[in-house]
Amino acid sequence: MNWLSQNLHIVWSLLLDHLWLSIVPIVLALVISIPLGWLAARYPRARTALLTGTGLLYAIPSLALFIMIPAIVGLSARSPWVAIIGLTLYGCALMVRGAADAFGSVSRETMLAADALGHSPWARFWAVELPLSGPVLVSSLRVMAVSTVSLVTIGAVIGISSLGTLFTDGFQRGIDASIITGIVLTVVVAFAIDAVVLLLGRLAMPWQAAVRA
Amino acid sequence: MIEFAAVRKEYPDGTVAVEDFSLVVPSHAVVVLVGSSGCGKTTLLRMVNRMVDPTSGTVSIDGDDVRAMDKVQLRRSIGYVLQAGGLLPHRTVADNVATVPVLEGANRREARRAALGLLERVGLDPALGDRYPLQLSGGQQQRVGVARALAADPNILLMDEPFGAVDPIVRDQLQEEMRTLQRELGKTILFVTHDIDEAFALGDEVLVLRKGAEIAQRGTPAEILAHPADEFVSRFVGAGTARRTLSVREVDGRRIVVDGDDRPTGVLAE
Repeated sequence: MNWLSQNLHIVWSLLLDHLWLSIVPIVLALVISIPLGWLAARYPRARTALLTGTGLLYAIPSLALFIMIPAIVGLSARSPWVAIIGLTLYGCALMVRGAADAFGSVSRETMLAADALGHSPWARFWAVELPLSGPVLVSSLRVMAVSTVSLVTIGAVIGISSLGTLFTDGFQRGIDASIITGIVLTVVVAFAIDAVVLLLGRLAMPWQAAVRA
Repeated sequence: MIEFAAVRKEYPDGTVAVEDFSLVVPSHAVVVLVGSSGCGKTTLLRMVNRMVDPTSGTVSIDGDDVRAMDKVQLRRSIGYVLQAGGLLPHRTVADNVATVPVLEGANRREARRAALGLLERVGLDPALGDRYPLQLSGGQQQRVGVARALAADPNILLMDEPFGAVDPIVRDQLQEEMRTLQRELGKTILFVTHDIDEAFALGDEVLVLRKGAEIAQRGTPAEILAHPADEFVSRFVGAGTARRTLSVREVDGRRIVVDGDDRPTGVLAE
């Protein structure tokens, strides 16, 4: 506790870094995965390519990926964008399949009804397919969000500040309190983001609760 | 008026859903296509709002070829009722009914208010407007489906086995109410069912279809019952079965109608 009270401002600033390094890739991966997942669900030919392609991303070791990114996109190795790009790729690897399943879960009858009513393809996507894919989309998003929060810590190894820095520092300097604080706060951030996703999902999908009741 | 002129539908795999079908559905009439599943009746219905385009032949509405029309606009101008209502599960009942007016750019609040009026019209409590479809019974959902089809006040209604998923008592009630509604509204209705009793209950004219949407017989319900064209139609309408062979008996001074098994089905009106 003594260590924590003395290093409160450092811990706070690492916590903020960690939040920003988590939220940006989570949002980016979600936004990228929705159209890719939709394509995979609607076009069987695109499906194999998209799911295999994004699935393979996950096979790349994270440390290797973080080291390759600066070379490929021309960023400085310590730029937080290295972590953001890498985590977005990992997020997509998890989320494209989830989004494909989500759009696949919308019943054909409902889409047929939407067409028969006179939705344009664009209107059908926004008014029918996206909301109805919501429940499955939220389940995958929760997994992806928690996984991203935990992966952020790896950036510390290559010098990108996050709560992971508390592990690397703690190990090097033999401060257990630092390691424990890092672990506990990472778990807290993961829970907090998960709770926010869940809450936003409930707010966006009031019919779910109404029908369950 | 809806006109089918020599339409044919062949799928890429070689399946022929409709061989060669022609029909004029007069304005304000209810025409029922009846046949077993897979006879092509739903395909015909979907040609009207271009959910299916025929391989050859034309479908026209009031003389205009539907193929020249924008699909989305065409569909908004035609009411469509599907089995189990085809309601959007994530929209409230009022929003479901207001779907087409809102797509057409109507003010949402006004469209919802109009929707509540339509709910009353199809015999539902407007208080159900805030519920979700899955919170309603099958019969209620079906009524919402009808209200939604009427929302943009279309001239034409397409009904695809709309009462197939509800129990017989509710179905009778819905058919009865549909007749009442049609007397007031006078829409041009093309109705698809596999249930010959439903066809007779609702159709001004009935077409009995064989596989490939071949017309086995076309006529008023009375004509078809009186003179089934062939063996197929006879079997389909159940001609000669106990249920269709009625006779009259005198019981306590009243004349009772009984079927071929001597089971009473009604009383003759004096």
